Amino acid sequence: MSPSPAPRTLLTLAVFAAALVFPFLASGYHLYQGAQVLILAIALLGLNLLTGFNGQISLGHGAFFAIGGYGAAILTAKLGVPYFVAIPLASLVCFGAGFLFGFPALRFGGLYLALATFALAVATPQILAYRGFDAWTGGSSGVSLMKPYAPFALPLTTDQWLYLVCLISAALLYFAARNLVVSRIGRALIALRDQPVAAETMGVNAALLKTTCFGMSALYAGVAGGLSALAVGFVSPESFGLALSLSFLVGIVVGGLASLGGVLFGALFIEFVPNLADQMSVTFGESAKALPGAIYGVLLILAMAVMPAGVAGALRAVVRRTVHSR
Amino acid sequence: MITRRSFLQSGAAAAAFAASARAARAETPGVTDTEIKIGQTMPYSGPASAYGVIGRTEAAYFKMINEQGGVNGRKINLLSLDDGYSPPKTVEQVRRLVEDEKVAFLFNTLGTAPNLAIRQYLNDNRIPQLFVSTGASVFSDPAHFPWTIGYNPNYQTEARIYGKHILATKPDGKIAVLYQNDGFGKEYLSGLKDALGDKSGMIVKEASYETSEPTVDSQVVTLQGSGADILIIAATPKFAAQAIRKSYDLGWNGVRYLSNVSPSIATVLKPAGLEKSKGLICAYYGKDPTDAKWKDDPGMKEWAAFCDKYLSHAEFLDANAAYAYSAAGTMLQTIKQCGADLSRDNVMKQAANIKDLELPLLLPGMRINTSPTNFSPIRQMQLASFDGQSWQLFGELLMG
Repeated sequence: MSPSPAPRTLLTLAVFAAALVFPFLASGYHLYQGAQVLILAIALLGLNLLTGFNGQISLGHGAFFAIGGYGAAILTAKLGVPYFVAIPLASLVCFGAGFLFGFPALRFGGLYLALATFALAVATPQILAYRGFDAWTGGSSGVSLMKPYAPFALPLTTDQWLYLVCLISAALLYFAARNLVVSRIGRALIALRDQPVAAETMGVNAALLKTTCFGMSALYAGVAGGLSALAVGFVSPESFGLALSLSFLVGIVVGGLASLGGVLFGALFIEFVPNLADQMSVTFGESAKALPGAIYGVLLILAMAVMPAGVAGALRAVVRRTVHSR
Repeated sequence: MITRRSFLQSGAAAAAFAASARAARAETPGVTDTEIKIGQTMPYSGPASAYGVIGRTEAAYFKMINEQGGVNGRKINLLSLDDGYSPPKTVEQVRRLVEDEKVAFLFNTLGTAPNLAIRQYLNDNRIPQLFVSTGASVFSDPAHFPWTIGYNPNYQTEARIYGKHILATKPDGKIAVLYQNDGFGKEYLSGLKDALGDKSGMIVKEASYETSEPTVDSQVVTLQGSGADILIIAATPKFAAQAIRKSYDLGWNGVRYLSNVSPSIATVLKPAGLEKSKGLICAYYGKDPTDAKWKDDPGMKEWAAFCDKYLSHAEFLDANAAYAYSAAGTMLQTIKQCGADLSRDNVMKQAANIKDLELPLLLPGMRINTSPTNFSPIRQMQLASFDGQSWQLFGELLMG
């Protein structure tokens, strides 16, 4: 917590301002990437509340992301609900699903919870492809949805509008998370992570807080999933594979556990480093075209070796050192 | 119906003509006097990375063409990007190819879901999505998606060929079907029912499996219990091998049909047991490099020489690589037909105007044909039965 509140607020505002100007300078393709980063950041915020602040490891957040995505897709494409209603509705469903999953999660600690949520991630693509749901989910052919136009005849392209929708959602959810973690509830969540026995002795209702935290975290993933469905214009079981859930975990660890600002770096990492790995693999010659996965792994190990506490931790250390040397 | 459709087509043709006149004046993105830049996405990473060999083979093929001087003086530059078989990533990479790299068109992008995710975008922007690498029949729909053309014989075509063969040879048979619970399996089932028509009651039992299941033994036992004397195996390699072995071990001596997804002698029949694979029937369209009978075939020799120079022995044996060689050959023919006019309209027009193209790795006599109303380039297949050593083709080329 080295930067004092004023510079931190300034920094946040500066990042937000830069993000706000971006859509008027960038091409449609870069806006799509920008929207992807914001969507990932929202999902990482949710997972960080759960794993970073409350200490519950989830390897299955892709499942909630999928519920949000399919929820939004089915509501808009099959039932004609406008997207600005569909996404909140779908994320409320996610809150319910996460809250309910939180109850069995109470009985698992640490690695056992990781395995239980892992099962969720493994099962998701198959449940989505299940024949009985074909009428709603489209089976393995998925669901296509229309991309939204900017409302009120605003002079914005669809890409610009989608990006701004993602930016506003991300900003609101960031401030909600910020307020949550500095509040009494936030302190209780951290206390439950670090000293569960002491926290309960102090009168913290562990069961209620942990399940609600799971629900909130799933809600964030649901919003991200809904926005992703909208930005891509398509959902299918392949969109929500095991790799997605694992990439979320990579994102919060690389960004910095229990750091809300760090999720932005985590999102940038999982969005761009696979592309970088693909490009690097080309430079090793034609036969290395099969290697992006391995290069990604090496880059990930390097990142963790250089910044063991994530990008946020490294920045904190740099700030601390400069302050001390003064 | 005829009047309405032909009216729509003539409208589309008029629009295409007007557009091509415009395009001829404007520069086509990705096309210069010395180069034509094209793009694709491939799963080089992720669960489907075994298909990455398709992209590598195609890149090697165009390298060979470029070393031979290119096409009409232009080199072909294929940008092949990794999408990890994840549709959101496919959309991102395709937008990069179109908007940043400015490719002329897309070629052989891989996978049903990835192609579905980009189809609307490409059709909205009138960018050809050529010869997509999937067997799903939804990509052969020129009325709704005139900028998207399929390539692989689709699963329905193949299943219809089996259905017709069963009706011709065993009209009183009882059919059991083992299928994978996904788009592939379901299209198979619907194609089969389609061919059987009002005799679809011949199917006495269906059993599906999930790719996460360790074995399909129990499904095979259930299917045998139905008293069926025909078994159709619509399964991917690992499960196909299990089904072949189990049905033999149960002493089930019905006729067994195997989907063309899993005919490889090296990866399916050997693991199942060559003796246990005797009598299997499969529909074919390409030559299997692992089958010794093509050893002296000129087309196979050409493939071997190509692999020696540009790839390796591993790719020579890989059915996916052989598939890519044919797909790239089809692409080359399309670019050749375009001549000097490489506008997107003309590229699409020529892709839908391939006449009797024969390729080195397709079965003798097989021809690729497309037309403005036929966006399924490969529609012929030939049945083959396994004699314990190799697949023996029999009968004529069949249309599904």
